[in-house]
Amino acid sequence: MQLDEIKIGGLGASRRRVEDNRFIRGKGNYVDDIVLPGMLHMEILRSPLAHARIKSIDTTKAWAIPGVRLVMTGETMASRNLAWMPTLSYDTQAVLATDKVRFQGQEVACVIADDPYIAKDACEAIVVEYEPLPVIVNPQQALAPGAPLIRDDKENQLDNVVFDWAVGDKDGTDRAFAAADVVSKLELHYPRSHPSPLESCGSIADFDRATSKLTVYMTTQAPHIIRAAVALVAELPEHMIRIISPDLGGGFGNKVPVYPGYVASILASILLERPVKWIEDKTGNLISTGFARDIYLHGEMALRKDGKILGVRMHTDSDHGAFFSDAQPSKFKIGLMHSTFACYDIPAAHLTARGVYTNKAPGGVAYRCSFRVTEAMFFQERMVQAAADDLGIDQAEFRRINFVRDDDFPHRTAFGFLTDSGQYGKCLDVGLEAIGYQDFLRQKAEAAKQGRLLGIGISTMTEPLGAGNSREYDILGIKMFDSAELRVHMTGKAILRTGAKSQGQGHETTWAQIVAHELGIPADDVTVEEGDTDTAPFGMGTYASRSTPVAGAAVAMVSRKIRAKARKLAAHLLEVSEEDIEWELGRFYVRSSPDRGVTIQECAMAAYSNVPDGLEPGLENNAYYDPPNLTWPFACYIATVEVDPGTGVWDVLNMVAVDDCGVRINPMIVEGQIMGGLTEAYAMASMQFITFDAEGNCVGSNFMDYLLPTAWETPGFELHEVVTPCPHHPIGAKGIGECATVGGPAAFVNAVMDAIKGIGVRNIDMPLLPDRVYEALTERHDVSGAPPVKMDDR
Amino acid sequence: MSSLFAEVPPEPASDVPVRRVTINVNGEARTAVIEPRLLLAHLLRQGFGLTGTHTGCDTTNCGVCTVLFDGTPIKSCTMLAVQADGHNILTVEGLAGASELHPVQEAFKDEHGLQCGFCTPGMMLTAKAFLETNPDPTEDEVRWALSGNLCRCTGYQNIVKSVLAAAEKLRGQAGN
Repeated sequence: MQLDEIKIGGLGASRRRVEDNRFIRGKGNYVDDIVLPGMLHMEILRSPLAHARIKSIDTTKAWAIPGVRLVMTGETMASRNLAWMPTLSYDTQAVLATDKVRFQGQEVACVIADDPYIAKDACEAIVVEYEPLPVIVNPQQALAPGAPLIRDDKENQLDNVVFDWAVGDKDGTDRAFAAADVVSKLELHYPRSHPSPLESCGSIADFDRATSKLTVYMTTQAPHIIRAAVALVAELPEHMIRIISPDLGGGFGNKVPVYPGYVASILASILLERPVKWIEDKTGNLISTGFARDIYLHGEMALRKDGKILGVRMHTDSDHGAFFSDAQPSKFKIGLMHSTFACYDIPAAHLTARGVYTNKAPGGVAYRCSFRVTEAMFFQERMVQAAADDLGIDQAEFRRINFVRDDDFPHRTAFGFLTDSGQYGKCLDVGLEAIGYQDFLRQKAEAAKQGRLLGIGISTMTEPLGAGNSREYDILGIKMFDSAELRVHMTGKAILRTGAKSQGQGHETTWAQIVAHELGIPADDVTVEEGDTDTAPFGMGTYASRSTPVAGAAVAMVSRKIRAKARKLAAHLLEVSEEDIEWELGRFYVRSSPDRGVTIQECAMAAYSNVPDGLEPGLENNAYYDPPNLTWPFACYIATVEVDPGTGVWDVLNMVAVDDCGVRINPMIVEGQIMGGLTEAYAMASMQFITFDAEGNCVGSNFMDYLLPTAWETPGFELHEVVTPCPHHPIGAKGIGECATVGGPAAFVNAVMDAIKGIGVRNIDMPLLPDRVYEALTERHDVSGAPPVKMDDR
Repeated sequence: MSSLFAEVPPEPASDVPVRRVTINVNGEARTAVIEPRLLLAHLLRQGFGLTGTHTGCDTTNCGVCTVLFDGTPIKSCTMLAVQADGHNILTVEGLAGASELHPVQEAFKDEHGLQCGFCTPGMMLTAKAFLETNPDPTEDEVRWALSGNLCRCTGYQNIVKSVLAAAEKLRGQAGN
């Protein structure tokens, strides 16, 4: 009698989440919830100016406040060779400023005190004298002749260029453009945004002089990378560093980089020999930690009259702020931007990318995104719509003409990626059917007669998720594999640990489901632990939708190793040879006599109580998984909107999402990820951005100025699925956590652009605030969102 | 509270005034001596160890610090603890009964109304208070009621489903 896989919480079960049991009781364990004996509190003093030389820092009054234990400046850090730290992109970043400040919000000094209120008081008592310098807030200013040099700390850095990089076939692309009937062009700015998890960053550093061990509780999505970084930066032996990432109140890429606050709290704990807690306030989080996007995209497309795309040319100018601290594979300077147009069959493409320093916080983190694919796919889908319009071809039909066909896999893209599976046309059909495409076009034409503006926007894309194979993907030279360790106890219960780190994705629930699928051990019998570098196997953490593609695969592989050993135990118990044994979920049986069998639990007991000669006791193992390729989910998002011509306000009428992420481990959780992603997509399209005035003041330094959608604004979503299993993943799964954030924004923007089509406006930069849409409608020109903004206009 | 041992803090500087407050938290009278500037969220978290109440934005926008003040949702990060003197506060830790979860808690789990869990306590308390005033709401009414609480993970759709499911369950209980 075969086990019912859904009943034991295996693959495909919408199992209710294990972690919820503590969250709904208020028993989550976030960094700020942890209290250690004798713990002190740290506050950071930040620069009010975006670019200034530090003339002097007077900490006398701060030291005089009762309860202050330590005041640290750049000088304190420099005395330990910690004034600067390496970034994850081979640059350096100031921990506490020594020479000058390079962005508003940069860390200048720290106070450690008995309680956080005293620490804040003391920060205000520090007097810093600044000499203001000219400020740069966009790439155009940074690249202008005679622009002030931001990184004068770096030898051989004579301008503000971070990198110049190119990929693709320039000559082939030139030939494609020479042969084109029509060339379509598009320029846009993908605005700077902040991932903004509701929990800000923080750490508790606890250096124990007696054991020389440093324990750091930290808001990090990648604890093992942090351990390596701390070993290198603080010159502590790696086995004496323990990083614990407890429950995280969201991450979205914001909690991948190493931040000065972490390093400062570590030094403070070493100096004071007491635990030091640092909890960043929201403004500190918004103005100083990993921004995303902020990139200028220019491109053109060579087209044949019948709709075939012949080639694509792109150039990007990306604004990285004052320090290049992107966390991304080292081989690719502008992330996976060159995955753009991967779902289309395009013969030739060429991309040039230039990164620049500006007087803004370090940016370029992958905000719910697999390294710049969000910008890549947004540009792709905006360009596709513009090209379809230029040719006068229906936007759905134009996509269909150019899609990679189902029988063309594996397909090598023009930029060299290998896509391996998908049913693009089917996903589009499902989406068009669900939105009622032809009906809507009729309604739109009807509404136009009454002066109403309806629009429909499509976004279809495949994106590379799950970095990645060790040939091409590393961060600071560390290959981007991941790991899992499984211990089956004698009663058949188990504990699983991985190198990933959940921030709400529900790993405690889904990893157990993979074990259930592979071994037939009920998911409820499997504890999952992550985030403690002393106990978890080495892994690269959770971002870029890599958990299921990489760590999830490792969970399946380690389970299979356990099964292989259990088979030997089963043969021993059944007194037959291994070759005579068959497996069904949760049970081995004798092929010739299926009634004779032993369960996986009986094998586990035997591993500790009845081991055959020559076999090692115990039932535990680990697996390191180096994926052969990225996974390539596909998505089709379609939005319909109505624009009010009198105000520029637009409302979402319907939003349909069709996702093909291969096999779904837990459909409930997958759908939760998609809805969350769609909301962030809507946020980007409608309201969420951070900009700067000409002095480099951050506009959007709190939730009153940085708008995030509430339940009231957020539209409802209708979800559909198509399943094309990943051909190389052990259980056929693909990444999903970021598809909707990546592909979603273009659907909303294309819908608004479709609604106002025909008035000569090619682009409105996100977010499509009502005043921008109104300006485009009334003045009939493109609307740019590039900084600096004029404050008196707002 | 045991009086076996209590560490006495060093004498405060003479110019720092303190106040003695007694607040009924989750049905239990709690007394503390505090600086008047102490925020209610910090007293609950650091003073009383009730860390289910989170702090997020410091500007009353995100709602992760929401608690019920005499039954009404308030943002405890912008209320002084002294303002709660003599009042009743309900935090997430007081939501469940001795043996069973509140229907709102059950519904959030059943409908996948949470992911990272950081907004969840505030979201549930807002929902609880709302359903007491409007036991049979429409989806739009739920969305409006929750608009003072941000969530970055779920996209709200499942939170709304959770609140509607809890409403149904509560109506069922009231009918019995």
